[in-house]
Amino acid sequence: QVQLAVPMAVVFAPGSVPADLPRPLPFRDVQEMEISVNLRASVTSRYEIRYRSTTAQEEAALAAATAREADAALYPLQDTTLGSLTMYVVPETSSLLPQGLNVYVGKHRSALVRAVGSLAGLQARLQGVTQVMSFTASSIAAALSERAPDGRLSPDARRSLKSSLGYEITFSLLNPDPKSHSVDWDIEGAVNRFVKPVLDKLSLVANFSVDSQILYYAVLGVTPRYDKESSSFLLSAHSLPHVINPVEARLGSSAASLYPVLNFLLYVPERSHSPLYIQDKDGAPVSTNAFHSPRWGGIMVYNVEAPASPQASLPLHVDVDMARVMEVFLAQLRLLFGLSREEVPPEFLLESPGNEGLADWELDHLLWAHTVENIATVSTTLTSLAQLLDKIGNIVIKDDVASEVYRAVASVQSAVTELSLGHLLAAFQASKEAVTSSEKAFFDPSLLHLLYFPDDQKFAIYIPLFLPMAVPILLSLAKIVRESRLRKKEPTKMD
Amino acid sequence: FQDQAEQFFRSGHTNNWAVLVCTSRFWFNYRHVANTLSVYRSVKRLGIPDSHIVLMLADDMACNPRNPKPATVFSHKNMELNVYGDDVEVDYRSYEVTVENFLRVLTGRIPPSTPRSKRLLSDDRSNILIYMTGHGGNGFLKFQDSEEITNVELADAFEQMWQKRRYNELLFIIDTCQGASMYERFYSPNIMALASSQVGEDSLSHQPDLGIGVHLMDRYTFYVLEFLEEIHPASQTNMNDLFQVCPKSLCVSTPGHRTDLFQRDPQNVLITDFFGSVRKVEITAETLSLDRHVPGLESKFPEEEMATEPLKYAEQLPVAQIIHQKPKQKDWHPPGGFILGLWALIIMVFFKTYGIKHMKHVF
Repeated sequence: QVQLAVPMAVVFAPGSVPADLPRPLPFRDVQEMEISVNLRASVTSRYEIRYRSTTAQEEAALAAATAREADAALYPLQDTTLGSLTMYVVPETSSLLPQGLNVYVGKHRSALVRAVGSLAGLQARLQGVTQVMSFTASSIAAALSERAPDGRLSPDARRSLKSSLGYEITFSLLNPDPKSHSVDWDIEGAVNRFVKPVLDKLSLVANFSVDSQILYYAVLGVTPRYDKESSSFLLSAHSLPHVINPVEARLGSSAASLYPVLNFLLYVPERSHSPLYIQDKDGAPVSTNAFHSPRWGGIMVYNVEAPASPQASLPLHVDVDMARVMEVFLAQLRLLFGLSREEVPPEFLLESPGNEGLADWELDHLLWAHTVENIATVSTTLTSLAQLLDKIGNIVIKDDVASEVYRAVASVQSAVTELSLGHLLAAFQASKEAVTSSEKAFFDPSLLHLLYFPDDQKFAIYIPLFLPMAVPILLSLAKIVRESRLRKKEPTKMD
Repeated sequence: FQDQAEQFFRSGHTNNWAVLVCTSRFWFNYRHVANTLSVYRSVKRLGIPDSHIVLMLADDMACNPRNPKPATVFSHKNMELNVYGDDVEVDYRSYEVTVENFLRVLTGRIPPSTPRSKRLLSDDRSNILIYMTGHGGNGFLKFQDSEEITNVELADAFEQMWQKRRYNELLFIIDTCQGASMYERFYSPNIMALASSQVGEDSLSHQPDLGIGVHLMDRYTFYVLEFLEEIHPASQTNMNDLFQVCPKSLCVSTPGHRTDLFQRDPQNVLITDFFGSVRKVEITAETLSLDRHVPGLESKFPEEEMATEPLKYAEQLPVAQIIHQKPKQKDWHPPGGFILGLWALIIMVFFKTYGIKHMKHVF
């Protein structure tokens, strides 16, 4: 019943129009596709495509030297509503796209596509672009996956965080050897310079709060192996799962907020265990020296160079290179949110998002997935609430619970409507309101039922109470009945 | 292909929770507290942090005035193993362990003022271990010697958890008399249950300690603890071995288990899937390329320059108001319904039987 509408524009530069267009430009077309989530539920996706030719300004922008410049020039001329896509078709011989590449996906919501002679070929290529830039069947199915219990989930689905109203991000510096290393990290500066732009971009999706801490004498749970060949210490890939637990106890997941916590740990190994490298499954050292755990966070190992002279005075002062650290942490943050660029076909070139952390279309990805997930959550919550109330008739519904339920229903209906009209932002906000109201209604403390009375308990409690009282009453009733029957007979007896 | 097969057999959980409940009070029920604390100890040793454990102990044995060794709870005679440890964190203690609080923890219907340590913040990828011990009977478990939880309520609570996807898989262990009756009524998927005795059998305690004067542990949990002491976070022991713990010759009662609601084969379920906390990790292969020469942005957090007066504790609560509060007047309602009908029946029968003239005796 849910329809996801995506407004799309396909703009043809001069010389790129395929020969077999059904109608002259400009014209509109609608493509619908059904995404089946499981045996019973399905979602339809609806692409409303507007084919047109370029305006003079767009032609000027497309005359730029590189694709990146063209993208930057085209950005002010595009439709910037969330969820929309614009695709510029450039002639096959255009020099904007390097040899061998057919699609360039920009930082915002547009792509440059190399033309194909036939319309069908072009549409196939455009479909490939929408699969990358907009939602795919598997991402929607993954967002709804918990509603449809299925053993097989893609790695992305298991990795990504559940949609929540807010997240708390904690940066921790672990220094197990303060005698040897006196570590200084300018976390506030790093958060302001690198993390805040990313979180500002993500602020549409949820509220974020950031904190940081330094832990001393916090050791990893695993002793690393010494490797003679590289004269370094190695942590093998299968010992990594055991690293997190001893540290987690000391991290102090915040006592204040109930939002999911994402922990990013920076570990500076002890002098006796330096340098420390992480090995992947094949035994090669990992370039980032970091690993992450889905729905939890990430850990990075920061090696300190041994001092030049062995007589250097301890503790060594270490100034952490925050830019290098934040590059890894922000990449982990992207992966934790499910934004990975692994499944992109080779003929595509994706522009790096730079300091913003994620491209506009990746933000749309998140919004689509979260909106659909929210709508599914609200419907199952309200359905199970209704089932609970059916089953246990004597739960009292307070007025505010009832009003939350009404508000949730109204919000989810408006979310579905907005989705079918293609207004992604309005749909997302409505779905957030719906989730808030439905969770408040479902988890209201007053809905606890402790009223199960098995039949034998009823007999055991009520019979000793009422039986002695009932005996004289019943006997008296019997006496009354007998007397009234006698009185009725009497007049006929007496003459 | 092999990777897919591996993934299919492995559980899909990303975090672990444990809810450990001891429901009995009084000194002579020392063994129930020792049971719960030994499971707590194993679970912590295998990696589940305190923030993910909800520990409910109905009475305090370590600091009980009758404890000849204060601040200890032993699980083995000759005082070999002190399960109380140095860092135990009890979340619900003493009179807070009630059926209502237990159901609130499970279903999540908790008043908003509850601290985070008292909540079960599990999600759809959490594996939860629930361990209960105390005195029980056929279909119920006694809480605090004054109330009980029935197996139907427990099954309904698990169904509420399933509806809201508050667990991925659930392992329920119960060590009471007639424990198997408690898992008979479960109907939600992905639950595996173990009990220390069948319906009609009693679970027996292990051995008394003459120094402390009470029985230290129950047999089933004692042998489970021995079994768990040999598990380390990387071990591959599976659930079938746990089912074999404590055969009838050692336990006198017959332990039972129930796996029909569980999707995976118990052979493929690792002990550490529930008792430990083994995280799924992935190597971070990519980095984000950042422009290092970004000028430092103005700090968006306003600096609080004004020195605020420290708030005194006593000023935070309107103590005067609370002390001098009059009890709220409850509105009086005339009796209605069943009671009214009963009294009307009694009065009517009385007067019909004995006649109206006896009314003068009433007034």
